[in-house]
Amino acid sequence: MARDGNTTLLGVKTFVILSVIKIAIALAVLLTLVAYTVLFERKLVGRIQNRWGPSRVGPFGLLQPLADGMKFFFKEDITPPYVNKPLYLTAPMLSLTLALTSIAVIPIGGWVTVDGIRTPLQITDVNIGLLIILGITSMGVYGIALAGWSSNSKYSLLGSLRASAQMISYEVALGLSLIGVLILSGSFSLRDIVTSQSGAWWGVIPKWNLFKGQFVAFFIYLCAAYAETNRVPFDLPEAETELVAGYHTEYSSMKFAMFFMAEYANMVTVACLASLLFLGGWNGPLFGPQILQYFLPVFWFALRVFFFIFLYVWVRGTLPRFRYDQLMGFTWKVLLPLSLANIIVTSLVVALRS
Amino acid sequence: MIHYILFFIFAAFAVGGAINLLAQRHPIASALSLIVVMGSLAVEYMLLGAEFVAAIQVIVYAGAIMVLFVFVIMLLNAGAEERTKGSKVAVILGVPGMLAGLALGVFVLTQHDVANTQVAVGAMYGPAKAIAEQLFKPFLLPFEITSVLVLIAIMGAVLLAYKELD
Repeated sequence: MARDGNTTLLGVKTFVILSVIKIAIALAVLLTLVAYTVLFERKLVGRIQNRWGPSRVGPFGLLQPLADGMKFFFKEDITPPYVNKPLYLTAPMLSLTLALTSIAVIPIGGWVTVDGIRTPLQITDVNIGLLIILGITSMGVYGIALAGWSSNSKYSLLGSLRASAQMISYEVALGLSLIGVLILSGSFSLRDIVTSQSGAWWGVIPKWNLFKGQFVAFFIYLCAAYAETNRVPFDLPEAETELVAGYHTEYSSMKFAMFFMAEYANMVTVACLASLLFLGGWNGPLFGPQILQYFLPVFWFALRVFFFIFLYVWVRGTLPRFRYDQLMGFTWKVLLPLSLANIIVTSLVVALRS
Repeated sequence: MIHYILFFIFAAFAVGGAINLLAQRHPIASALSLIVVMGSLAVEYMLLGAEFVAAIQVIVYAGAIMVLFVFVIMLLNAGAEERTKGSKVAVILGVPGMLAGLALGVFVLTQHDVANTQVAVGAMYGPAKAIAEQLFKPFLLPFEITSVLVLIAIMGAVLLAYKELD
């Protein structure tokens, strides 16, 4: 299933060492990114609301995530009575594990040759990469659902009921919005999807899936992705004005931090996926010496991911929350028909062209 | 070698999950055991080289259908079930029936040569393209009829829900 195909070529030992190095780097980068996305969000929302945001810890408040992490560690870890203990403890772990796992199939750049070993900038390139991410996201619902149920509190239960219903509904629109992209690129492998978007028309307009006519799909994907990650304007599961804190009301200390990290890791994954599927991944102008050629794609990719995270925060600072019936009506009555229409039109165009 | 190890680990998970599904008293615990069964089956599909089916198994069964199960159980706030002694008919007919089924299975397996070779990944109908070739060429009619059947089921569900609303 792995498409590297060089396991036998490299030898098992090199392969294992290489994979361990890649996993360590990816995990470190992802966790740092998660921590600093939180800071970035607080700073930017602060600016949108005409205030400074965190500015006390370190220069420009740059050490704030570190301080927050310390605080989470030293907070009292309360397990309320009457909770379903095994599930109460499993739920945050499940959430975080699943949120961090999906980074394994996300490619961040082209191929790199170091010391005669040629390897893709990706932990593993599987030919069902996109499906694996969808599968992991769909399993992520359990973390939230079980957290709310096992807490034995009405606010938590209502939050997790909302979350499950919302995530199942928006998953349909999310999955269907990706089919247009799959028709255009003809592969489930994220690397192939990016490769199919290389080049430009007349040297100016890049051949991104977005410009190949997938605007509607892009819009649907963005809406569904916001709902899947429980972010404003779809943050009903943790609507603080109605539900205290929703599904994680009864969680404290590191257990709460795990939900928090899972949410931001999911945001990063969704942003990566949006860049890979619609904005051409790491495609961009390449120049300079070999080492720069290796790192420029990663830079272009990071730029796109940053753009999506910026968009997330921007939307959070701007839009009010939906009402719950509006939220459900929006996906079933607007996004679902739109995504079906997009599939029909896209496949028709592709069929007529071939 | 690693194929065998993975197979037996996840086969044990599947069987253990299925037994736990029956043994647990609380519906949520039973539903979670069913998720374990489905996840393990997905791994077994992957060992057969059917990566697409494995992914769909996780997305559709473990990810969508079971979430709905859990959702309904949570919504109804179903408590632990009460155990009854069970009907005598089930004991009298069930145990011999199960033994007969088991015997039949063993008989069929011993009579036929079971392929014991390892399946190369991608050699059979694993990738989505191979499945689509089968679905949309030789099996097009059954495939379309099934989709109509599913549509009828959806319409039936809508009809039932509508009556409740009036």
